[in-house]
Amino acid sequence: MSDHEYTPKSKAGKWFNDRLPLLTLANHLTDYPTPKNLNYWWTFGGILTFCLITQIVTGLTLAMHYIAHADMAFESVEHIMRDVNYGWLIRYIHANGASMFFLAVYIHIFRSLFYGSYKSPREIIWIIGIIIYLLMMAAAFMGYVLPWGQMSFWGATVITNLFSAIPLVGEGIVTWLWGGYSVDNPTLTRFFTLHYLIPFLILGLVVLHIWALHVPGNNNPVGIDIKKPSKDTVPFHPYIVIKDGFALLMFMIVFAFFVFYAPNILGHADNYIEANPLVTPAHIVPEWYLLPFYAILRSVPDKLLGVVAMLSAILILAVLPWLDTSKIRSAVFRPLYKQFYWILVADVLILGYMGAMPAEGLYLLIARVATAYYFLHFLVILPVLGLKERTIPLPLSITEPVLGGSPNMAMAKKKESKLE
Amino acid sequence: MKKIFKLFSIIILLSLNSYSAISAEKVEYLKTDWSFKGLFGKFDRASLQRGYQVYTEVCAACHSMKYLSYRNLSEKGGPEFSVAQAKAIAASFEVTDGPNSDGEMFTRPGKLSDKFVMPYENVKAAEAANGGAYPPDMSVLVKARGGGVDYIYSLLQGYEEAPSGMTLDDGVHYNKYMYGNKIKMSAPLSDGIIEYSDGTNASVEQMSKDVTTFLMWAAEPSLEARHQMGFKAIVYLIILTILVYFSMKRIWSRVESEV
Repeated sequence: MSDHEYTPKSKAGKWFNDRLPLLTLANHLTDYPTPKNLNYWWTFGGILTFCLITQIVTGLTLAMHYIAHADMAFESVEHIMRDVNYGWLIRYIHANGASMFFLAVYIHIFRSLFYGSYKSPREIIWIIGIIIYLLMMAAAFMGYVLPWGQMSFWGATVITNLFSAIPLVGEGIVTWLWGGYSVDNPTLTRFFTLHYLIPFLILGLVVLHIWALHVPGNNNPVGIDIKKPSKDTVPFHPYIVIKDGFALLMFMIVFAFFVFYAPNILGHADNYIEANPLVTPAHIVPEWYLLPFYAILRSVPDKLLGVVAMLSAILILAVLPWLDTSKIRSAVFRPLYKQFYWILVADVLILGYMGAMPAEGLYLLIARVATAYYFLHFLVILPVLGLKERTIPLPLSITEPVLGGSPNMAMAKKKESKLE
Repeated sequence: MKKIFKLFSIIILLSLNSYSAISAEKVEYLKTDWSFKGLFGKFDRASLQRGYQVYTEVCAACHSMKYLSYRNLSEKGGPEFSVAQAKAIAASFEVTDGPNSDGEMFTRPGKLSDKFVMPYENVKAAEAANGGAYPPDMSVLVKARGGGVDYIYSLLQGYEEAPSGMTLDDGVHYNKYMYGNKIKMSAPLSDGIIEYSDGTNASVEQMSKDVTTFLMWAAEPSLEARHQMGFKAIVYLIILTILVYFSMKRIWSRVESEV
């Protein structure tokens, strides 16, 4: 938070600001002191905001033409693709936008894991982030149901059926979720309603996420606390705005490539077959971004325990700030953690791959090992590592060298004096 | 150390890939040059018109195409029949309309705004007439099959004698590209089964290519517009990115820090 008091220059501005301090807010946002050493992994917050707004705007437009009815949903999507002006463009942006959103959020999450951004004093930012991520998964899943294709229908059947694993009340809950005795029209209409609601919940949480961020300020690649404002920081505008803008444009090029040249590559062909409760697809596969959790679900032989494992895999992230016992944030200064970090990345990628394969033979075996390792990482490796690991000495500030003994010290000094 | 782990994980992923390739025993689809692939891909207009002829004279006997309208046939980016031709095509179909003021349904010649007339009243009727198998609607068929155009193109030419030792029930045919190799549809195409109005030799290969092109357009009528807009959008984004890059460098030159 910038500490200086802000007073608008004009009289009218002052009059307004005394009653509703929007100008103070705007001033805070533009002046917000940001560490100057943020790398491009830090640009994904802005990119994610763009993704959310894109999904809301295209989604609103689609909702004007979409019909949430089991007999008409599939046809109304084809109506959008064929008869609505630029309907194909809006739908392809929305469908691929979901994938882009998850791509960005995974980079954002793994950036946080690498640089320890979830640690004190940023636990609340992190937990709000995990709630946003959970809501994103719910929204994406329900959105995938709306075209009422084969994967929509059978995906909805599989996922809602998970609740039947709950002892005693499970079956009742599933009937209640469906609004009947199978996935049908009542399921579709409530999914549509919730799919429409959730993005606005996410928007509200994003405001809280940013608010909570602006209290301690950004973490940075070095992971040390810095004085704000100081020579280690730059004002958000124009420095970070232009940098985020540049990164966003690069992201948009990738996004545009998918929308215009491979709009269906991330989807499943079966979803262009209208939902048919009498024909089960050969393989029921969720969208790519849910695959690691799907693999965890299937690697546990017991249904209830599988569901518990899948949910724990996500919820364990919420307590991560307390599982990681190391006081050092950035993996740059944690040689051992850095290696385990990359193993975790590989582990999640392997889980994702296994989620797309049939759950049998070697695939199942690897999925089980990877699932076990996933939990081992968070429950054993992280707590122990924080206590045992010998870390590299931290520098005093972003611009100043490490206290004593750093090989880069002389060089850093030279650079400093040159600039003065 | 980090590099070793990275290498290790890459090796694991690669070996898994090859494992899946062995276990899935993938069929190689027949290949042909599709004019609509690539950054500037466009449909071959003559092929689309011939493809429509194959569809309407062969496929349409069993397969519906319920999301298309006759007006689509004259629209930009499609077969681009003239409006008069599209009107004549529409008028050659009997459309059930109504009820009229007496409460009766009646038939009339088709109009441009009508959807393609379906060969059967409903799915049950289609199944009953086809030995229990529903001939799928062809509007988005290309997008609804894993192999896309290559799969459809191959399937149409994939009819063979069943290998010895494989017994086929009545009304079931052997096709080497079909999942499980058994298909209820008998070979729909044979050399010269239709006579192309533009005089092209109607070989099975030619007809397969034309009708698959037509099906691609039917599933993705905005493909040409999409490719054209995509090229412009991406060129625009690249230029803007370069400009923003230099602005960024300029702005950040005021502080001693790398961007």
